[in-house]
Amino acid sequence: MDFRWDLVWSSMPVLLEGTRLTVQLTAIAVALGIVIGTIAGMARISRGPQKYIAAVYIDFIRGTPLLVQTFIVFYGLPGIIGRPLPAYWAAVMALSINSGAYVAEIVRSGIQSIDKGQTEAALSLGMTNGQAMRYIILPQAFKRIIPPLGNEFIALLKDSSLVSAIALEELVRKGQIVIGRTFRPFEVWMAVALIYLVMTFAVSRLVNIAEKRMKTDA
Amino acid sequence: MKKLLVCAVLVLAVVQVAFAQGTLKVATEAGFMPFEFVAEDGSLQGFDMDLIRAVAAKLNMEIQIDNISWDGLIPALQNRNYDALIAGITITPERAQAVAFSDPYFESVLTIVVPAKNTDITGFDSLTGKTVAVQISTTGDYVAEEIEGVTILRFNTVAEAMQNVAMGTADAMIVDLPVSEAFLAAYPGAQLKNLGPVADHEFLGIAIHKENTELVEKVNWALAELKADGTYDAIYNKWFGVQE
Repeated sequence: MDFRWDLVWSSMPVLLEGTRLTVQLTAIAVALGIVIGTIAGMARISRGPQKYIAAVYIDFIRGTPLLVQTFIVFYGLPGIIGRPLPAYWAAVMALSINSGAYVAEIVRSGIQSIDKGQTEAALSLGMTNGQAMRYIILPQAFKRIIPPLGNEFIALLKDSSLVSAIALEELVRKGQIVIGRTFRPFEVWMAVALIYLVMTFAVSRLVNIAEKRMKTDA
Repeated sequence: MKKLLVCAVLVLAVVQVAFAQGTLKVATEAGFMPFEFVAEDGSLQGFDMDLIRAVAAKLNMEIQIDNISWDGLIPALQNRNYDALIAGITITPERAQAVAFSDPYFESVLTIVVPAKNTDITGFDSLTGKTVAVQISTTGDYVAEEIEGVTILRFNTVAEAMQNVAMGTADAMIVDLPVSEAFLAAYPGAQLKNLGPVADHEFLGIAIHKENTELVEKVNWALAELKADGTYDAIYNKWFGVQE
């Protein structure tokens, strides 16, 4: 089979348009996911009813496919709120809510990985529980959270392709559109894969750098 | 006498098998009522399905029909995963560069589907500034691209695009008129209507691998036979017969 490199290059402008949306959606979802995840992760290890709410949220999201969650938000939510929900906002919501659950588990395990003696020492110095968490536990946990958080970012970057199913023209959808015009799936999917690879590689390098910096600081 | 009859039947059966010309492997996308859809019992039904089964029978071939995704149809044919595609595929110059088409077997036309209460959308010109839902890489998609100032929402299936008009996420949908008629009839609660024919007629063809000219000829021969012997009309009337 002949591989037409010219098609890889000529489809790039359209694919890069889609890449912009992929990056944008992922960045927003990661940012919101960190906020949601931090709250849910702390709630998960707290005492009180919020612990159970967080547990249900985390279990539901981690136990169901992102594609299904996307469809629930896009096709289900408008019925509840009584007005149409633009696909873009449905995608942002679905991706953020999904990411939040995974980040919550990362935050929880990060906090729980800090030795109990640290809290005890802080408390014996007269700190309150909140102060111990804020000044002693969280700064240490944050360093341990960086690598898994980077993995989550990379996973979300790839998983964001699923919102193509609700008509968002991110990278995968643009690829499908190009194939609909050229009927050359192999070249186009290779081009799409290449773009994802460049992005995930860049993110993993950045995370590595951040990790190293944190270590020398310590 | 009885033995003789049994023998005759057996011989006939053997001859039948011996003459069977192998299996015609066909792919469709069964979200395109009344051309192809999945019936309640899970079987593939519709005008195209009856037609291609009749074609296979004429060619004395077994038939296997797979229901795959719309945007995977032509690539799957090019890979030779299938011998032929029948999926309400309009013959376009662009597609004809990628695959060979049989003689046209159906004349179709596009329409615009809008909410039942809508009055301001009357044709392609009035879609400027609107959001239009389509099935990805269909003629509806290609036509929408030509209209200036249109936001296009491309979905994998006709049903999803239609649902978005019903939900209000899209203002209108561009789709084949017979398909819209079938959907509106099947889901009367959807509060949608179509604007009748809004474009030039298009012709549907059976897609076959470019290098498989032998099969193109065979299929064309079978289509001509089916038209001549009345089978085509019977299938047509079954799915599009006027019920007034």
